[in-house]
Amino acid sequence: MPDEKNSNGKNGKSTGLVNAVKEDIESLKTDLPAKAKESLETLKNPTKTQVYTSIFRHKHDDTPRNRALGVLSNVFLHLHPAKINRDSVRYSYTWGMGGITFYLFLVLTFTGVLLMFYYHPTKVQAFRDVLYLEHDVPFGRILRNMHRWAAHLMVIAVELHMFRVFLTGSYKKPREFNWNVGVILLVLTLLLSFTGYLLPDDQLGFWAVTVGTNMARATPLLGHEGPFSNYLNMTPYNDVRFGLLGGSIVDANALLRSYIWHCIGIPIIASIFMVLHFWRVRKDGGISGPAPVILDSEVKEARK
Amino acid sequence: MDWKQLWEIMSAPDNVPIVAMIPLLGFYIYLAWRQAKANDSLIEQLEKDPALAKTHHRKAWPFKPGWTKEVHVWPFLLRVEFLAAIIVTIILMIWSISLNAPLEEPANPNLTMNPAKAPWYFLGLQEMLVYFDPWIAGVVMPTLIIFGLMVIPYIDTNPLGAGYYTWKQRKFAIGTFLFGFIVLWVSMITIGTFIRGPGWQWFWPGQTWDHNRLIYEVNRDLPDLFGITSNWAKGIFGAAVVGGFFVLGGLLVHAFFRRYNPKNYKRMSLLQYSILMVFFITMIGLPIKMLLRLAFHIKYVWITPWFNV
Repeated sequence: MPDEKNSNGKNGKSTGLVNAVKEDIESLKTDLPAKAKESLETLKNPTKTQVYTSIFRHKHDDTPRNRALGVLSNVFLHLHPAKINRDSVRYSYTWGMGGITFYLFLVLTFTGVLLMFYYHPTKVQAFRDVLYLEHDVPFGRILRNMHRWAAHLMVIAVELHMFRVFLTGSYKKPREFNWNVGVILLVLTLLLSFTGYLLPDDQLGFWAVTVGTNMARATPLLGHEGPFSNYLNMTPYNDVRFGLLGGSIVDANALLRSYIWHCIGIPIIASIFMVLHFWRVRKDGGISGPAPVILDSEVKEARK
Repeated sequence: MDWKQLWEIMSAPDNVPIVAMIPLLGFYIYLAWRQAKANDSLIEQLEKDPALAKTHHRKAWPFKPGWTKEVHVWPFLLRVEFLAAIIVTIILMIWSISLNAPLEEPANPNLTMNPAKAPWYFLGLQEMLVYFDPWIAGVVMPTLIIFGLMVIPYIDTNPLGAGYYTWKQRKFAIGTFLFGFIVLWVSMITIGTFIRGPGWQWFWPGQTWDHNRLIYEVNRDLPDLFGITSNWAKGIFGAAVVGGFFVLGGLLVHAFFRRYNPKNYKRMSLLQYSILMVFFITMIGLPIKMLLRLAFHIKYVWITPWFNV
């Protein structure tokens, strides 16, 4: 049997075991300090550890290559190119409003998710939940305030972004399509803000949404008070306003519908268009400028 | 002067954004105008001096030989973005701590708010309800605004001014956009926010909101002024006036456009030109209808059994 050739001795397993344990302890005495020293050495240089290198794929010494990799190998940053025109970082040209709009969208998503923990979209609870948020939830009031002001700020930022894009002629070839995506995002931003207006279920939101959706009553063909709607047999109970509100007045169904549009429907649609918008900014050659000025005499007319 | 009333309107939490937006817009218009002016004078200089045009880097900002044309995004752009995020966060923090979001009484369908106002960014559309029936102000106009914005890149055939601020190279485009955005959109919002009081009546800033005020305004329809009584005649007359407005307006705009924008005019196809005309003249029609209503108390121009304009 192979066992007999082991170091266990002739007639006692116990002596072998003792020896083995002794040997193990001896080895620990020498190995432990050595390994501890080794670990301390690696702690002094954490960027060499396996954990670190598994997360960060490249070194961070200040070399042009690493600067580029810092952007390109990061999923959140790789929307950017590695290098850009030196003048396009100038705030006076871009106003930064597109980026600020996106940042505000992130702020709104964050605060919105937190608000959702405290809010029930029902007629009985909605208003009380807002009171609860304002008076009992820790930081509830600042949370709601921040969500509302960020929403208003986002509308302003979107309009200013569009204004800047127009003034710099950035919608011109080859960016025509992306301008259109931007227009859709503008509309979605307004709709996001508008659907959120009803959610506190107070007089302000109720009447604003009543005024707003009353306009849908007058839609030509599709609203029961609109021109030519009698040809489609429109009534208050089957027209486009009914579809928006889930009823003929702003009530429980309208609250639920605006909640779902506000928290799920429009954010998903807007996110898809945002992905498209950012992707097209890159594919259309980055931001439009600041480009060198072109003189009227240099324009080559396209042949028809 | 009712300062309290004025303060109540200005400081109503949901009006703060539009109060903030007006100076912000002023600042950005100034910023754009300053750069446009610098670029325009550079363009003028380069046009006079073709030799310089060949060597100049063609930006109003300084550029020295030896400077790289491109910089790394990390850190030169990312630090700007990071800073912007921090500044926006600080603004939001201060704003959220100092001003509470509005919360009125619980919703009550039996108690109408007076005035019942839409959120501030829709007040321009709500203001249009004074001048147009809801199907135009609430449905057709917003649709036209959206489509009007969308067609801009396809009808603007001017290749100049892409990627830099300029005024002289794009007078028509920028003038039209400023008119639509500042004069129509922002100023209508301002009227809706600050001027309109109970009953959607006109109260000058600082005038006390009188909930019992009645205005005996006799609004007339345009056909009535001409003594037209029969429904058929009213319909035909209105169609002729509206049609005439588009035809005459079109001719007038055409006369100016082909004289002052000959190159763009030549570049445009019939489709592009007619789309431009339709949107442009419809846009001009809005302030004209406002003027008719505010100055001459004219309610409808075109009366038919199905719709009124």
